[in-house]
This record gives sequence, structure tokens and C-alpha cells, in this order.
Amino acid sequence: MNALETAGAWLAEGRKVAIATVIETWGSAPQPVGSQLVVDDAGNFEGAVSGGCVEGDVITAAQEAIETGAHKLLSYGVADETAWKVGLACGGKIRILVEAVK
Amino acid sequence: MTPQLLQQVLEARAARRPVAVVTDLKTGGQRMIARENAAADPLSAILDKAFRFDKSGVEQTGGGEVFVTVHNPPLRLVITGAVLIAQALIPMARAAGYDIWVVDPRGAFATGARFPDIHLHAEWPDEIIPQIGLDSRTAFIALTHDPKIDDPALALALTSEVFYIGALGSKKTQGSRVERLKAKGLSEAQLARIHGPIGLNIGAVGASEIAISIMAEMTKALRLG
Repeated sequence: MNALETAGAWLAEGRKVAIATVIETWGSAPQPVGSQLVVDDAGNFEGAVSGGCVEGDVITAAQEAIETGAHKLLSYGVADETAWKVGLACGGKIRILVEAVK
Repeated sequence: MTPQLLQQVLEARAARRPVAVVTDLKTGGQRMIARENAAADPLSAILDKAFRFDKSGVEQTGGGEVFVTVHNPPLRLVITGAVLIAQALIPMARAAGYDIWVVDPRGAFATGARFPDIHLHAEWPDEIIPQIGLDSRTAFIALTHDPKIDDPALALALTSEVFYIGALGSKKTQGSRVERLKAKGLSEAQLARIHGPIGLNIGAVGASEIAISIMAEMTKALRLG
């Protein structure tokens, strides 16, 4: 089952769902453009947008998107000023679109 | 994304219709475009490239930055031969995202106990393969060693748009296979599409390692042409 099919199945169960998608990568990125992570309002998730490095942060952002309904663009990389918090150990950079399904 | 749009994309995937979703990164607004309507779209050049190379990505347009997601139909693998190499290959192909069909008229081989959770047909390939439909998102592999089963299936694959055709057997077996298929009217150019002996040459020993070499060769054909 791919991430969108998971999203469809979760919606059918009455869960609130958001989707995070890798939209751009630079350098050595663990997951290619188009990779998706599906998150529900309880924090369950399927899929991946990195090798596990930034998923925690993306899940929080996805739950916010479920609350607000607004889409969001996130960027991660070691050169980022937030790198002390979450970043990519591999040295790559990624950009992620987070959107609620509603 | 609205639930309606998600549903439309899922229906298109299930029906093997290629579609793309264009997301305006500023507003979050989205629309779905079917491949057959892409030529008439304002973003036709971008969409055509995305579909052809199966490549999603961010694009700059007159209206700002957009993200184009390509939803090409899921990959399929059609195998003749309910044999040990097929058993070793199936879990790997499934992990790589393929839907899998195994066709083998020998009922003793094609059993649900040996091949659970796939599309299994204990029938002759020329009866069932036209119903499966071989397209550009499909790979075909002949594993029986039996010309009565493999040859008709290969003839169908060679006249289709499948992205990969592999046939098990030594150089000698492959040589006589090519001669038989030539006698059936297939051209040199068509027959050159067969990867035979099958698999990348990694010195594979035994069914599991041969399956790895086949998986690698299929992936190479898919990604590098």
C-alpha cells in the first residue's frame, strides 16, 4: 500500500489525516522527491520523508496542519540555522510540503 | 488536498490511468490532470516531461512555484513459471512496489500454498496474458525453460511496450529460443529486447542470488532504459 492508499484507508476509518511530501532535495538525500509520509491526528504515521532524521518534526507540523487546515513548507539541512535541533546527518537538504486532507 | 481529490487520484491509480497533481506552493491550491489531457494544459511542456520520465518536482511557472506530482500506474511483474526463482523474486519485487502475476499451466507448480498473495493463474499464457494487458509499466520474465509455455508468452511480450523482458537459460538455450521465435515471424530488432541469459552478471549461485540479479537488471531497465 502506498502512502496515498494509506491516507484513503485512514480517512475511511474516520481518522484525520495529513500528508507530507518531499518536493525538493539537494545533495545526498535519503528519500527521493515524491516520497510521502502520512500522519493521523493521534500521531500514527506510515511512510518516510528522510532516514528518520526529521520525521519527528514533520509529524508535529502535520498534526498542526490537521488542526489549522493550512499547508506548510518545511526545509531541513545541516547548514540550516535549526540544524542544532533537527537536521540531516547525511549532509543533504530537503524541502517538504505538509498538507491536511480536508 | 481535499478528500475528493485524494479519491480521484486513488481511482486513477486503481484503473491504471496516469495522472498528475499540480500544487500551487503559495496558495496550496491543487488540481489533477489526466495524461491524455496534458497536451492541452497551460503547463503541457512540464507535464509531458514529468509523465515521460516519471519524475515529480518543483517547477517555476508564470503563476509562481508549483509542485508537480506524477502518479503513473503501479509497476507490474508478469512471470511465466511457478518455480523456485519466482518464489525468491516475488518478495523483493513486492518490496520494490510491483504487483505480481504468475502464469503456469502446470497445476502442481501453480498452487496458492506455494504462491500466496499474488495474482496466480494455472492457465496457458496465451489465454491469460492478453487479459492482464502488458504495458510500459510492466516487466515480463520467462522462467519455465519450457518452450511450450515461455515462447507464446515471449511473443506477446515482444510485441508489447513492456519495459523489460528477461528469459532464463544459458547462451545456448537463448540461441535456440531466438531461432524458434524468428521462425514465428519476430524480427531481429524485437528479439534483441530479450535479456537472456537473464539477470546482471554478478556470479549469482542458486535461486535467491539469481533473483537478486534479475531484480537488479529490471531496476536498471526501469531507471536507465
